[in-house]
Amino acid sequence: MFARAAATAVVMITLAAIDGAAAQIANQPPDTMAARVEACTPCHGNKGEGTSDVYFPRLAGKPAGYLYNQLLAFKSGRRKYPPMNYLLEFLTEPYLQQMADYFADQHPPLPPVAANDASQEVLQRGQLLVSRGDPQRQIPACGSCHGPALTGMEPGIPGLLGLRPNYISAQLGAWRYGTRTAKAPDCMQQVAARLTEEDVTAVAAWLASRQAPVNLAPVPKGTYVLPFACGSEGD
Amino acid sequence: MGMRWCSPILGVWLLLLTGSIVEAQQAAPPASNIVARGEYLARAGDCIACHTAPEGRTFAGGRAMPTPFGTLYSSNITPDRETGIGKWTAEDFYKSMHYGRFPDGGLMYPAMPFASYTKVTRADTDAIFAYLKSIPPVNQRNREHDLRFPYDNRQLILGWRTLFFSEGEFKPDPTKSAEWNRGAYLVEGLGHCGMCHSPINALGGTSQSDAFKGGLIPMQNWYAPSLTSNREAGLGDWSIKDITNLLQTGVSARGVVYGPMAEVVHNSLQYLNDDDTRAMAVYLKGIAEASSPPPASSALPSTESSLLISLGKTVYDKNCASCHGAQGEGKPPHWPPLANNQSIEMQSAVNPIRMVLNGGYPPGTKGNPMPYGMPPFAGLLSDNEVAAVVSYVRTAWGNRGTPVSAREANELRSAPLN
Repeated sequence: MFARAAATAVVMITLAAIDGAAAQIANQPPDTMAARVEACTPCHGNKGEGTSDVYFPRLAGKPAGYLYNQLLAFKSGRRKYPPMNYLLEFLTEPYLQQMADYFADQHPPLPPVAANDASQEVLQRGQLLVSRGDPQRQIPACGSCHGPALTGMEPGIPGLLGLRPNYISAQLGAWRYGTRTAKAPDCMQQVAARLTEEDVTAVAAWLASRQAPVNLAPVPKGTYVLPFACGSEGD
Repeated sequence: MGMRWCSPILGVWLLLLTGSIVEAQQAAPPASNIVARGEYLARAGDCIACHTAPEGRTFAGGRAMPTPFGTLYSSNITPDRETGIGKWTAEDFYKSMHYGRFPDGGLMYPAMPFASYTKVTRADTDAIFAYLKSIPPVNQRNREHDLRFPYDNRQLILGWRTLFFSEGEFKPDPTKSAEWNRGAYLVEGLGHCGMCHSPINALGGTSQSDAFKGGLIPMQNWYAPSLTSNREAGLGDWSIKDITNLLQTGVSARGVVYGPMAEVVHNSLQYLNDDDTRAMAVYLKGIAEASSPPPASSALPSTESSLLISLGKTVYDKNCASCHGAQGEGKPPHWPPLANNQSIEMQSAVNPIRMVLNGGYPPGTKGNPMPYGMPPFAGLLSDNEVAAVVSYVRTAWGNRGTPVSAREANELRSAPLN
């Protein structure tokens, strides 16, 4: 008798516990990265596709190593943008890696190329700098690091398509003035320092005018040899 | 010296404390391992927060600390003989913690929280010193402070000390439990909670009678709520479990930490063992005052308030309810409740306005390594919408806060973020 009562009690308690646990799960936010990165979405879009604000970049599909380097740089304050510095300051590095992996894995379609009011002359100058560089001024072609299709290379070099001209020129300006820096040897700073303001405008306008290829994925690590050493690319 | 080892009360207290540590499952490191104990205590004191610069070497100093009087730069406390504390003795270190003086007798600026650290026992400062002597020395010269006239005159510190500094190690209250006293020792001493959670007056000091009564943190524009008023962060009606969850993991069923408190949990509190965390919780719950003055009534005319609040409900239902719930119930601990949340209701509306504008993540901790974040709404909502939604959450669901104006919301758009 006692044993049966005890068994019944155990079953009931177990059922109650299961019930309680289910209620608790139902009453919790989804256990997903998508729910955890909702803080990013007003500026970067639900899947990192970007928003109408031209200064906030698309994150989706960029190499995870590049995204992780940026998250670390915002966390430490090396890359200065107070709203980002504030959000990331007390998050752990493994968690930032997970955030980077999450956005690298998103593949929402690219937005249609926006109308461009740059002159034909400016666009031509941009095309020349992007595809050939300017050997006389020791400016390499963008494609020599960012890939022949400009889709970047794992782990640390981002693609350059799907970004808006305002964002590209703001970033190139920040590299030129040294407010955006990366791990030494800081290759991007070396390149940007040789660009004039007109170069920046032209490069940004031409890149933003490009229709993206079907396959936007960055090429695997080591697909091509970089023209010079780059701290962001790691070992 | 100020040593009071012969005090029978303290003796008994230490005995009790030792007993409880031995029994605990997650105990502090054994006393024999003075370096490990010192590391633990340095965590409790959050030394790293100020004495390590962003991307800098640990404890090598150089972190800029903006104050209303100019910028101070923290010092190198690694055991480098030339630029750090390598030539200091344990006695020198005790003097710095206890009296706020350098080995040569020079006065420290009170950004170093010696007004709190003076309560730390000699045994504990010796342990911290042993730990600091054990870390790798870093040769990095201290950067000169950059203070405006007349604050660059260190003699002024004498005046500050006369007004606000009373030297002396912690004296346990014999009418309270060992646990309460351990909590008091940590909160008032190494934890230096009063540095933020007390009103700062124009002279940059806090008076004893205002201890833990809350205040706006200079230069950061976050409001450090009162730890004694249950209308603010007073923890009188919190369970001990909710308090320890908040301190150890950064989130709890009652609310989450954000702003400067996220730093404290991230760098310091998450590392404290269960006994010490519980002791702090017992003490913090104990100092909450049973009653407190009612919140000031809103400066807004009531017609304006009711318009704001009805717009606020629209903004809330569209932007906030999906996480915080139609009734402000949230999904705690990750999506905090807004109903009956002191942080929302308290007299100062600075923090709720800033949370709406800036969003934020609770800190990543061992207990909550992947926190959920709140989006910043600064770019999505107008000043009027921010004021409306904050007014709504402060007054809906039985919350007893007051409406806020669009001007208040606008002013906080320029508050510093780091």
